Amino acid sequence: MAYLDHAATTPMLPQAVEAYVSAAAEVGNASSLHAAGRCARRKVEESRELIAAVLGARPSEVIFTGGGTESDNLAVKGIFWARRSADPARTRVIASSVEHHAVLDSVQWLEAHEGATVSWLPVDADGRVRVDALRAELDAHADEVALISVMWANNEVGTLQPVTELTALAAEYGIPYHSDAIQAVGQVPIDFAGSGVAALTVTGHKLGGPVGMGALLLGRDVAATPLLHGGGQERDVRSGTLDVPGIVAFATAMETSVKAQPEYALRVGALRDDLVNRVLEAVPDAIFNGHPTERLAGNAHFSFPGCEGDALLLLLDAAGIACSTGSACSAGVAQPSHVLLAMCADDDRARSSLRFSLGHTSTKADIDELVAALPGAVERARRAGMNRPGAR
Amino acid sequence: MSGGVDSAVAAARAVDAGYDVTGVHLALARNPQTYRSGARGCCTLEDARDARRAADVIGIPFYVWDLADRFHEDVVDDFVAEYAAGRTPNPCVRCNEKIKFAAVLDRAMALGFDAVVTGHHARLDGQGRLRRSVDAGKDQSYVLAVLTAEQLRHSMFPLGDTTKAGVREEAARRGLAVADKPDSHDICFIADGDTQGWLRERLGSAPGEIVDAATGEVLGQHDGAYGFTVGQRKGLRIDRPAPDGRPRYVLSITPVSNTVTVGPAEALEVSTVYGQRPLWTGEPRVRAEIQLRAHGEVIPASVTASADGLVAALDRPVRGVAAGQAMVAYQPDPDGDIVLGSATISHAERLATAA
Repeated sequence: MAYLDHAATTPMLPQAVEAYVSAAAEVGNASSLHAAGRCARRKVEESRELIAAVLGARPSEVIFTGGGTESDNLAVKGIFWARRSADPARTRVIASSVEHHAVLDSVQWLEAHEGATVSWLPVDADGRVRVDALRAELDAHADEVALISVMWANNEVGTLQPVTELTALAAEYGIPYHSDAIQAVGQVPIDFAGSGVAALTVTGHKLGGPVGMGALLLGRDVAATPLLHGGGQERDVRSGTLDVPGIVAFATAMETSVKAQPEYALRVGALRDDLVNRVLEAVPDAIFNGHPTERLAGNAHFSFPGCEGDALLLLLDAAGIACSTGSACSAGVAQPSHVLLAMCADDDRARSSLRFSLGHTSTKADIDELVAALPGAVERARRAGMNRPGAR
Repeated sequence: MSGGVDSAVAAARAVDAGYDVTGVHLALARNPQTYRSGARGCCTLEDARDARRAADVIGIPFYVWDLADRFHEDVVDDFVAEYAAGRTPNPCVRCNEKIKFAAVLDRAMALGFDAVVTGHHARLDGQGRLRRSVDAGKDQSYVLAVLTAEQLRHSMFPLGDTTKAGVREEAARRGLAVADKPDSHDICFIADGDTQGWLRERLGSAPGEIVDAATGEVLGQHDGAYGFTVGQRKGLRIDRPAPDGRPRYVLSITPVSNTVTVGPAEALEVSTVYGQRPLWTGEPRVRAEIQLRAHGEVIPASVTASADGLVAALDRPVRGVAAGQAMVAYQPDPDGDIVLGSATISHAERLATAA
């Protein structure tokens, strides 16, 4: 079996599993005052310091959450609410048109239920947000903007966003900038303080930690209204009993993957280049999507003209190869990717797309398997044709 | 895999028989919320989950195929157009003909599969002939009779030798949670079961006259002829009783003049039924049993088949034969009545004129 879906989730690192199991064997609520509680609290705080250290943040800026989706919701809704209550004129959200649904749907929810106005930032054909578009929005509406949310790297096509330019603009206008860095941490260097972002979403299971464990790095001076009310455990911004084993394992995976990042980028980047070259050799009319160089080391994203991405996935799955159409599902029904559509791809190109993502366990053998199975799968999927209205 | 008990057990049996099986759930609603919710539909989120869970238990891959557009064009739009033309369509027949054993089968074959397996209650014998299920009450050969020999060659109906009760027992034995799920009955794309209301939304109000077949007298008004089916008695809203005090029935629907013609029950009786778009496997002239609607009674008849139609001369008259429904001819057989052929009912000749 070739697992080429690390961007969906990647295997837990052995040291993270070990850290999890050892912490899970001990009792202690990190909010309790007795010895067991203090012991648990110590593990949480050490983990917080570890994560802060490798990401260039202060420990107090690390807010543990139940995962990336919660962090994105907290950043988008929480900062929107806090900014609007400080200044009722600030009801505009600026977000990129290629955000993950955790941001996209949160922004749309604010629009539908909280009276927000949204400026969606366009991207170029490589999927990079147009910096001039942000400048134009800020020139026109800076006084109404509650926050800007642009991801660090796109989860589907792997394109890195021009974070430095975008945050510089945000700083010029003094507007908090949130970035969903779920795919980027461990893949590219990230320095929270140096980047100028006000809030950064990270999650455990994309870098070798457990699922259901994430964090929002929230600048000390950035206000956010809580989504979850209760014991106020995390800076009064996030309530809920702290998941000690999850936090310890998350921090272990974070430290390991961030420290290994330079080596990882070289090794996995070379594997990815090999994958791209061999896929284009095997299927010459395949279209390589995303930015040619400014992209995540593990991401390779293609459109296979005349094929339904779904059909290819089924055939590759049957051949023991796990990949993704990278598109949103409702009842498991694939929709054409909003990311590719935003990159001005037509509906067919969006529907015919497939993402192969590599990770820390990937080897050349995975690519060999893919390249062996792919031409036959493409031929069959092409025979099955495109499933669209009027297509017979 | 609809999410119901039949397709789940059919899939499990196909696996047991040694086939390499992949589960497919058809997403047929353009907006899943608009179709029936809960346990009785065939195309809701809950049903998709049930189907996925059954596939997990059986241990097969599972995918959702989005055929909403094809379903809309070939089944839903056709359903509306048929009613607008004064006929009474059977959407399940149409779905089998155009979706399950056409669009799905074509796609599956292109992807390298050999056949479509469904949970229909019917049998296919060694010679590729379609036969009734052992469970007379649940038999679905009627809605499959529209399939060509080529379609049947790539079809499997593993449940035909088992009663519905037996299928449920087997599902429970196999640990399939859908064992007790209620049967689906009504039209899956009409959420509340109100076919007339659903049609009115799509076809609009088209007031016309309700006319007495014998006298030509206008007895009342209707909102749209499509709301009526031949043989219908209820909902005519005629305020005057017939002179003889007996109930009136819809005898015919004439879309051109938007007229619904009514008369007494015996005027509904027909003795010869004509069908078009025939599919025939038997001799050109045979004795057979004719079924004129899903789960309807069977009537012995002499059937004449030609390239453009079927004519069934019934041994005894029947009431309420609606154009648009399928007529299916069976050859009685102790091992399951054999489907000789089918056609779409175009018209029928009355035995008696309303006098």
